[in-house]
Amino acid sequence: MAHSATAPMEQYNYDIVKKFALITLFWGIAGMSAGVYIASELAWPFLNWDIAQITFGRLRPLHTSGVIFGFGGNALFATSFYVVQRTCQTRLWGGRLPDFIFYGWNAALLIAGVGYLMGITQGREYAEPEWYVDLMIVVVWVVYFLVYTMTLLKRNQPHIYVANWFFMSFILATALLHIFNNLAMPVSLFGAKSYSLFSGAQDAMTQWWYGHNAVGFFLTAAFLGMMYYFVPKQAGRPVYSYRLSIVHFWALSFMYMWVGTHHLHWTAIPDWTSSLAAAFSILLLMPSWGGMINGIMTLSGAWDKLRSDPIMMFLITSLSFYGMSTFEGPMMALKSVNALSHYTDWTVGHVHSGALGWVAMVSFGSLYHMIPKLWGTKMWSQKLIYIHFFFATIGILLYITALWVSGIGQGLMLRAFDQYGNLKYSFIETVVFMHGPLVARAVAGMFFVSGLLLMVYNIWKTIANAQEASDTTIASANA
Amino acid sequence: MMKHESIETNAGLLIVLTLAAISIGGLVEIVPLFHIEGTVESVKNAEGKDSVRPYTALEQLGRDIYTREGCYNCHSQMIRPFRDEALRYGHYSLAAESQYDHPFQWGSKRTGPDLARVGGKYSSAWHVQHLNQPTSVVPESIMPNYPWLLETDLDYSDLQGKMKALKKVGVPYSLTKEEYAANTDQFGEDVAKLLDINRAETNMVEQAKKGNYDKNPAKLSEMDALVAYLQVLGTMVDFSKHDEAEFVQFR
Repeated sequence: MAHSATAPMEQYNYDIVKKFALITLFWGIAGMSAGVYIASELAWPFLNWDIAQITFGRLRPLHTSGVIFGFGGNALFATSFYVVQRTCQTRLWGGRLPDFIFYGWNAALLIAGVGYLMGITQGREYAEPEWYVDLMIVVVWVVYFLVYTMTLLKRNQPHIYVANWFFMSFILATALLHIFNNLAMPVSLFGAKSYSLFSGAQDAMTQWWYGHNAVGFFLTAAFLGMMYYFVPKQAGRPVYSYRLSIVHFWALSFMYMWVGTHHLHWTAIPDWTSSLAAAFSILLLMPSWGGMINGIMTLSGAWDKLRSDPIMMFLITSLSFYGMSTFEGPMMALKSVNALSHYTDWTVGHVHSGALGWVAMVSFGSLYHMIPKLWGTKMWSQKLIYIHFFFATIGILLYITALWVSGIGQGLMLRAFDQYGNLKYSFIETVVFMHGPLVARAVAGMFFVSGLLLMVYNIWKTIANAQEASDTTIASANA
Repeated sequence: MMKHESIETNAGLLIVLTLAAISIGGLVEIVPLFHIEGTVESVKNAEGKDSVRPYTALEQLGRDIYTREGCYNCHSQMIRPFRDEALRYGHYSLAAESQYDHPFQWGSKRTGPDLARVGGKYSSAWHVQHLNQPTSVVPESIMPNYPWLLETDLDYSDLQGKMKALKKVGVPYSLTKEEYAANTDQFGEDVAKLLDINRAETNMVEQAKKGNYDKNPAKLSEMDALVAYLQVLGTMVDFSKHDEAEFVQFR
């Protein structure tokens, strides 16, 4: 028994996967707590406390970077390194290079995050880190590409498994987006401030090409890679359709890059870019649902697991939310719908149905599957996973519903006219209206974070037990 | 016909084909915007000069504070061509109006109202009081207080460096006589003076004194710069002098 438990440790580099998995939880707590705090600031503004560093405008980038690049990014490093080793049946290439990625990535995030609080920002959504952090990220990313590719090249399997296609697409696209979108002119080599190379309309186009594909590749393609390994593994069944995975992989990779402009409907960009983006957004529904169908149908023949296996509940629910938000997205990309939804909380709710429902849920499911395997044990409590699932699901449903009310409500109020053709509501009346939904949203966030705290406790107990067990094994071996 | 298997068994081919697939969309949509004339329309005033000018030194420093505080997280600067927005905020935004904005601050969320044409809508005294404590003028407001703007001296130590960096990315601030002359042609003499990097500091102090934005002539505060920026937003194009058809063609 002891022998079979140590064998994979030598075969695969699990040490780096463990590090990334644990720091994922740290950033999850930090980023989501920041989210709950800024949500509370909107509901109860006194929470800004007149402290510059924690006002909404400075704290929100910490939330978005913390959850996207901290929680999401580290979860992707952890799972992609796990998956590439398992599916290529080879040890991760590069010796200490994966450790460099670990320290480099997290140091960059920490420097960026502290900078936001000090007011150091590029002022572009989801691309807030200043030029020197951007350069750090480029170096880390090139090493990541190298480690990943070299591992693929020394695989002991003739085929590259589908999960790796998605991870590779994510690595390439992120490099492309990050580098071109962050082209900037530093004021001096020793100062933090820089100005974007682009201005106005071109800057907006580049930024939302980046912004939407951060969603498309960082938060979708990569997590589909995660899904393609962990769903079949947890279900104990092969992927539903090989052909579907090919078609939707290429369609998704090709189409996502066209749709960023739907964030700029009705603005001062040429109308043709807007129409093109709307058309491709509709088309994108098909490859998106291709992924959802391929994932959910993998469970065919094992549907009973939805009753008995809380990890499977996480994974399948994540795919359902993926399907829902990739339907809502194209709908909101229609110009007529966007005229109402843009600039409102509906957008924020939509992002969270994807980010909490899809990204976080599929990560939770994958971590619950992977962590016991890394430490050669079983999860400490199945029941806590089950409870976590309900905390998370209730949180998400409340969150989305609250922001539908807030967003659609505000959108309708802003365009309402009275019988004389005057505006029916002033802007501040819509703010007053949104108070209730914003309180509900903050509470929803608290639900979600509480669930995550249960997960951390469960994992802490799991690892502690595993270490205790291995200590006694070593002790008895020495005796 | 090539089978998909040949891609699945060849990492190099997978990388090349994926790169091709993800490059096309961006190339088709973004590259033309740098070349098609009319993406950013040319707007002239009565004297035949450019209506939209780069920000003055003081306004640009105010803009830096605007990005520093993350105002774009709650305020847009992009009015859409709808009836309700026209009534609430004014004429829809033109691309020309943000052509010197590095970075753009169009925003994506209106937790507060749009600010694209907030310039001249309220008095500077109102802005000072509002930024200091929003609920003192709008009781239901959920905007944070920004008391440190009045208390903090404006840091202009790197003013010329900032303008030079902006010049490198295409903002027509002038350093040489030739550049100054070109600006005189493009914007007129009065504006050209404001865009001269060599007199940046004098111009800045002069504008702050004349504008007295923070109502405290003894102090050049961050409030001075931010209010100067807010007061210029959306004021450069005088729409009463233009026919609507002139702009529709660009949309």
